[in-house]
Amino acid sequence: MKYIVCVKQVPNTSGKVAVKEDGTMDRSKMATIINPDDLNAVEAALALRDENPDAKVIVISMGPPPAKGMLHELLAMGADEAVLVSGREFGGSDTFATSQILAGAIAHIGLDKDDIVFCGRQAIDGDTAQVGPQIAEKLGLPQVSYAADIQQKDGTLMVKRMLEDGYMTIEVETPCLLTCIKELNKPRYMTVRGVLEFDQKPLTVFDFETLKDEPLIELDTIGLKGSPTNVYKSFSPPAKGEGVRVEATADGIRGMVEDLCEKHIV
Amino acid sequence: MTNYDCKNLEAFHGVMVFCEQRDGVVNPTSFELLSEGRKLADDLGEELCGLLLGGDVQGLAKQLGGYGADKVYVCESPLLEPYTTDAYTKVLCDAVQELKPSIVLIGATNIGRDLGPRCAARLHTGLTADVTHLDIDTAKYIDFLNETSTIDTSKGKWDMEDKGLKMTRPAFGGHLMATIICPRFRPQMSTVRPGVMQCAEFDEAKANACEVVPLTVALEETDIHTKVVEVVREMKETVDLLGAEVIVSVGFGISKDVEKGIALAQELADALGGVVGASRAVTDAGWLPSDRQVGQTGKTVRPRIYVALGISGAIQHKAGMQDSEYIIAVNTNSDAPIFEGADYAIVGDLFDVVPTMVAALKEKK
Amino acid sequence: MILNEKQQMLRKLYRDFAENEFTDELLDRLEETGEFDWDIFNEMAKYGFLGIKAPVEYGGQGGDSMDYVLMVEEFSRVSPVLSLYANTSNSLGSGPLLFCGTEEQKQKYLTPVAKGEKIMVFCLTEPGAGSDAGGTLTTAVEDGDYFVLNGRKTFVSGAPVADYAVVYAKTDPTQRGSRGISMFIVDLKLPGVSLGKPEHKMGIIGYPTCDVILEDVRVHKSDLLGPKDRGFATAMKTLDGGRLGVAAQALGMAQGAYEEALRYSKERKQFGRPIKDFQAISFMLADMATEIEAARELIYSTAEKKDAGDPEASKLCAMAKYFASEMANRVAYKAVQIFGGYGYIKEYKVEKFYRDARITSIYEGTSQVQQMVIAGNILR
Repeated sequence: MKYIVCVKQVPNTSGKVAVKEDGTMDRSKMATIINPDDLNAVEAALALRDENPDAKVIVISMGPPPAKGMLHELLAMGADEAVLVSGREFGGSDTFATSQILAGAIAHIGLDKDDIVFCGRQAIDGDTAQVGPQIAEKLGLPQVSYAADIQQKDGTLMVKRMLEDGYMTIEVETPCLLTCIKELNKPRYMTVRGVLEFDQKPLTVFDFETLKDEPLIELDTIGLKGSPTNVYKSFSPPAKGEGVRVEATADGIRGMVEDLCEKHIV
Repeated sequence: MTNYDCKNLEAFHGVMVFCEQRDGVVNPTSFELLSEGRKLADDLGEELCGLLLGGDVQGLAKQLGGYGADKVYVCESPLLEPYTTDAYTKVLCDAVQELKPSIVLIGATNIGRDLGPRCAARLHTGLTADVTHLDIDTAKYIDFLNETSTIDTSKGKWDMEDKGLKMTRPAFGGHLMATIICPRFRPQMSTVRPGVMQCAEFDEAKANACEVVPLTVALEETDIHTKVVEVVREMKETVDLLGAEVIVSVGFGISKDVEKGIALAQELADALGGVVGASRAVTDAGWLPSDRQVGQTGKTVRPRIYVALGISGAIQHKAGMQDSEYIIAVNTNSDAPIFEGADYAIVGDLFDVVPTMVAALKEKK
Repeated sequence: MILNEKQQMLRKLYRDFAENEFTDELLDRLEETGEFDWDIFNEMAKYGFLGIKAPVEYGGQGGDSMDYVLMVEEFSRVSPVLSLYANTSNSLGSGPLLFCGTEEQKQKYLTPVAKGEKIMVFCLTEPGAGSDAGGTLTTAVEDGDYFVLNGRKTFVSGAPVADYAVVYAKTDPTQRGSRGISMFIVDLKLPGVSLGKPEHKMGIIGYPTCDVILEDVRVHKSDLLGPKDRGFATAMKTLDGGRLGVAAQALGMAQGAYEEALRYSKERKQFGRPIKDFQAISFMLADMATEIEAARELIYSTAEKKDAGDPEASKLCAMAKYFASEMANRVAYKAVQIFGGYGYIKEYKVEKFYRDARITSIYEGTSQVQQMVIAGNILR
């Protein structure tokens, strides 16, 4: 039994953001973190593994070699194995190509009847929420997105799927793919022993050579060439002009209200 | 569909809007998308159609014409109620393969963002997520850039004849805007952020003129691999942030007296005729329900007046409110990022400032 | 010192845990009630924080002094008192067992302590025997398979919540000074054991401290820890490790106070500009940062040398504790100074750091005792 979790290393957008002169983000200058929703996915898998000790949790990420550091942390949290999908051929992928590669990598690991693929709902750098469902489509798996609760019941899963105005309870058979949201759980930390012993667990790198025989992996379905979308322009939204400083006094505030009324804003 | 070829760009025409309905009620985002789709179709000189899926939805079709649809294709089957990824993906992809629209717009609702990527993967085309601005005409796009960016559009080469869809969306938590194109595949697909596109006035005459076309649905129970056990509508005390003219939001600055802080915000909101929203810090702490959250992970709002009380203005929050027409910010920290972009900046304690504001507003009335 | 990948990961783990779990609400509650918080203690146990240095076969994590120092530092940066929660089981509680426990004793006591299932405290100080531990009056008299213990131990950190205590008692009254002292593991539920009232302390509030009173307590011989009459050497060895822990605690709280002051100096405006722009403030910050960094390097290198069995380690532990604790007091003083009047108000964190810093130059040997140890070493 395998729980495969797709994770992404992302720039920490909550701090200061470095922007290059051409308007694109300078990733090299930014601290990286594990994408927050992906941590919920990892926790979901680890929690299910705690209930089914025969199961293995495999974390898989596509990214450059430094992403290994993130995988080390996930092994220290309790994942059993890690896979880094990394190669020049994979660079420049949009969500279509990324899901193609990850689906190919998951197919390479192999999916059995009881297996589950977990993803975070979306990554904070792109916020697309597309890669999870697209992996499901390419692997022919049923999907449940926005999972806020997962219960296991003889071979099937009962998943609470959030809607804007409520939720659905969905029954789904394994193998399947779930995308996880923050409400699902509270991710655990690494443990001290997990850190001290992470390097005793396998971390495998899949490059193009490894995956090239997978039917999903073709040079025209991966990387920049395999990406249907392109960035046409990117730019920073301009900062608004200086507003009015209002004195925090009765007179100052009354003046502002007058101004608002005069301009017919209120 | 043997003649369907996603790379044969010439074969695709018109704009299709997926019109989401739940329990027989059309999601208002669909009206926004139709209104926007109308403009795109006009720029292309092509047709705008709505695509409506459900169990018994024919009766909902005509009203879609009132927002600009020339035609509404209706797909009815008991298997399309309630929403399942498998059923909707199959029917939507079948419709696209039959009708070959050049553009497909889907609302970026929880359902749209479940359905869109699955369909784009099956149709082998690109999908741009959570779009906030769309253009066909290069000239209009250049105008848009001139208005909203610091890019010098006089430099660089522009293909003024290009009729490809330019899909603009925020990325990196709103730090960057990216315009995405899908030049080699059709249809050009995007999910569009709710509440962003301007909704047109409903036009009765257009609604009456709209042509309703039923489509054959080829769907079997075995196509659906999930089972919806129950659908629960949580009728929380809902506050419609998206439709609000005025929003008074509270942030962590209320922490020293949460109850009083919220009560003051409500008083101010009442005086301005608005509703109370919150920053993530407040909803995370459980002081207000999460449906009140404004920001990147909450709702994107653009009211006429946005008052930020004790909100520092993390970029995630600003991403959700920076398009508000007038922003009034109250914060004790004069360096709070919320003041950048605020029309009125008040450095002070909201517990002192708000009562004065309320009093001043009442005086005026 | 450049941390290796695992050390960096541990720092991140400790920092994430402290920043997320040591909530303001929890810290306020500790301060208000003075009571031990079992929930946070059990959370610490779950992640292995109570047995960093204990071997894996005894339920520990198999880490080294550096792994432990990083934890105490990061916890103390957010909450000095909560750093103590994790510290006791790692140093004074398990130290003597690690040094000279029998296999049976390790199985019976070290394992539950390292897992956080039980708490073991350290009873050395007596009302009349503080820095001069050699003046111990508590006695243990052999009686068949038992020793009978009588005496009073004072300022026992954690005693109100502990299950076991390592108690130092005179077993050979004919030997003078620090000789003739033995160590015992005392189950605090044994008949004859009673506790004093929890003390009202200046700082580290929320980790109760009280006296332990022993009246004809019969301790089985299997609970004699280490060789009879030669327990004092182990006490000193344990205190080496303990001093490193206090040094790390002082370092962490200095860092915490400094960060508060640094942030505040950018926010607070006087005379129309942030106070950081005034040299009087910026030079204080420069001094704080420099001293903290010096203490950090001393502590880290001491941790490494201690594990490597460096003969200088005992002296270095005393130096690290002496320097770091005095440094923490200076830094906390300056932090309060930078906050001005606000720094004197309980709502602000520097007020607590200031009070907490005071203990670091007192417990596990006052600064003056450290000076004695250092002088004794260099003048040997």
